[in-house]
Amino acid sequence: MAATKYSLMELMTVISAREVADGEVVFAGTGLPMLGVMLAQKTHAPGCIIIFEAGTVASRLAHLPMSVGDPRAMRGAATAAGLNEVFTFVLQAGRVDVGFLSGAQVDRFGNINSTSIGADPRHPVVRFSGSGGACDIACLAKRTIIIAKHEKRRFPEKVDYVTSPGWLEGGRSRQAAGLVRGGPDVIVTTMGVIRFRVDTKSPYLASFHPGLTPRGVAEETEFALDIGEAVETAPPSAEELRILRDIVDPERVFLK
Amino acid sequence: MPGKTIGLHQAAALVPDGATLSIGGFTTQRHPMAFVYELIRLRRRNLYLFGHSPGGDWDVLIGAGCVKRVELAYEADEAFNTVGPRWRRAVEQGKIEWEDYSNFSMVARFTAGAMGIPFMPVRSLLGSDVLRKETLTTDERSADPRTAAKKAHVMTSPFNPADRVVLVPAIHTEFAVLHVQKATAAGTVRIEGQSYADIQQALCADTVIVTAEDIVEEDELRRTPELNPIPFFVVKHVCHVPFGAHPYAVYNYYDYDPLQLKEYHESARDDAAYRAYLDKYVYGIRDHQAYLEAVGGPERLAGLKSSPEFGYSPDLKRRL
Repeated sequence: MAATKYSLMELMTVISAREVADGEVVFAGTGLPMLGVMLAQKTHAPGCIIIFEAGTVASRLAHLPMSVGDPRAMRGAATAAGLNEVFTFVLQAGRVDVGFLSGAQVDRFGNINSTSIGADPRHPVVRFSGSGGACDIACLAKRTIIIAKHEKRRFPEKVDYVTSPGWLEGGRSRQAAGLVRGGPDVIVTTMGVIRFRVDTKSPYLASFHPGLTPRGVAEETEFALDIGEAVETAPPSAEELRILRDIVDPERVFLK
Repeated sequence: MPGKTIGLHQAAALVPDGATLSIGGFTTQRHPMAFVYELIRLRRRNLYLFGHSPGGDWDVLIGAGCVKRVELAYEADEAFNTVGPRWRRAVEQGKIEWEDYSNFSMVARFTAGAMGIPFMPVRSLLGSDVLRKETLTTDERSADPRTAAKKAHVMTSPFNPADRVVLVPAIHTEFAVLHVQKATAAGTVRIEGQSYADIQQALCADTVIVTAEDIVEEDELRRTPELNPIPFFVVKHVCHVPFGAHPYAVYNYYDYDPLQLKEYHESARDDAAYRAYLDKYVYGIRDHQAYLEAVGGPERLAGLKSSPEFGYSPDLKRRL
C-alpha cells in the first residue's frame, strides 16, 4: 500500500535504494548514497555488501554515518583496513558491482562534476570539495547509480568539469578512453529516473515521480531528454518510509 | 616515558616554514588537531600539504594563512559542511596553489613513495578532467622540487598494447604527523578502526611525528605485533595528547563534536567571525590543556566519549 505523504528527498532515496540488488557489492560515496545504501540494507537487500572508501568492508550499519570514514562504518564490518586496500584490491580489481554517487552537476552522458563551476578550473566561479573517491568509483565499478537533486542548472548539456567519468561523449567513447568497465546505469533525481540507451548512451526518462508530468521533468532539465517511454514511478511503500524515517535516519542527518 | 616522547610544542616547532607535510586521518576523523593548532600558533607559513581527503585540519591551516600549495582529492567535513569553507574561499580568491587528484590516485602516490619507487600505475582517472586539466603550470612545477615535474602520465602496457594505465608520481614529504589511539615511547603504534592512508603517509616521510591518546608499555603492544602497522624505528617523535583530535572523532575513544563543528563552520562564513574563532580557540590559547578548557572542559568532553559497545557515541545529537 502506498503511503500518502513523503518528501521529494525521501522519494528519491527510496527509489535509489531499489536500484541495489540483494547480495551486490556496493561502493558508496559520501552524502545521499550512504542514506540510499543503508536503506537498501535495511529493506530488500540485507545481503548487500557495503564498502566505504576509508577502509571498511561489509558494515552492518546501526547508525547512519556522516562520513565514509565514520566510526559508525565500523559497526559489524567484516574487514577494516584503509583506502589503499579497498581501492586497489576491491575496486580496481573489479570486485565492485555498484558504485553509488551523488554530484553537484550531472550531464546528458552521466558525467559528474564535484570539482568546480566555471570554464577555467584554475579560476572557478564556485569551488566544491573535489573528487574524493568519486572519480575512482565512476571509473572502476561495474555500474554506477547516481543520485542528484533535480534542478535545471544541475543537469546541463555538458558539465564544467568531468570529475567522475560517465559515458563521456556517448557511444563507445568510454571504452575508447581506456576505461575497462562500468558506466552510469541510472540517475535517480527528485523528479524522476533517467536511464541510457544501450548503443548511443543518450539519456531517456524511464519514470517520472507521482504528481509530475514527463514534460515537466524535461522542462527542468537543460539537456534534451527523450520522454516517450516514461511511466509513473512506483511510490514509496509505507514500510520503506517507516524504515527510512525510524531506522535509517531518525536524527534527520540527511532527510528534511 | 621519555624514549622518543617530546612535548607537543617542541614537536610542532620542528616543522619549518616551507616544509612538505602530510597529516593523518580522514575528513572528520583522527586528525592531529592539537598539533595543527600548534603550527598555527607558531605562525608557520608556506607549507606544502599532501593529502587524500582532509577536512578541518587543512581548512583551519589554510584559513590561518599557513599554506602555500596543496595536492589533494577532497577538502570538506563531509556531512557537516560539504566543502571546506576556507579552502573554497582561498581557491575562489586565488590565495592558494593546488592540484586536484582522486583519493585512489593520491593514495597510490603515497604508496609509491612508501615503496621507494618513482610512480604507481592506476586504472582510474582515464577520461576525466582530473587527468586532462591541470591547475599548476609546467613552469610552477619545474621551479619547485617539492612538486612533481608532471601531474600524471598515460602509458600503454609494454605487455599488451590494448591496455592503458595512468602513472602517478610518488610523494615524498619531509614530515608526516599522525594521531593514533595508542603508541609507546619507542614509537610502536596501534591504530584502531580504519587506518585511512596513515601507514603509507608515515612510510613516505623523512620525519614521522605521532600524537597519541594513550602512551602504553612496549610489552603491551608487542603481545599482538600483527596489529602494529608501522615499524617503530620509522617513528621519530611521540607526543602524549589526550583528546588530540578534537573536534574530530577517534574510534573507541570519542566522537566528533557537532557543537564545535557548527561553531567552526558558522564562523568560517565571515572573515571577521573566523578571525574571532581563531583568537578564541587558537591564538588566544596557551596550550592543548587550555584548549580543552575553552571548548567546555571535562563535562563537554565526557559527552563525546565512545561507548565500549560501538566505538562511538550512539546517542550523540549530531544535527543541532
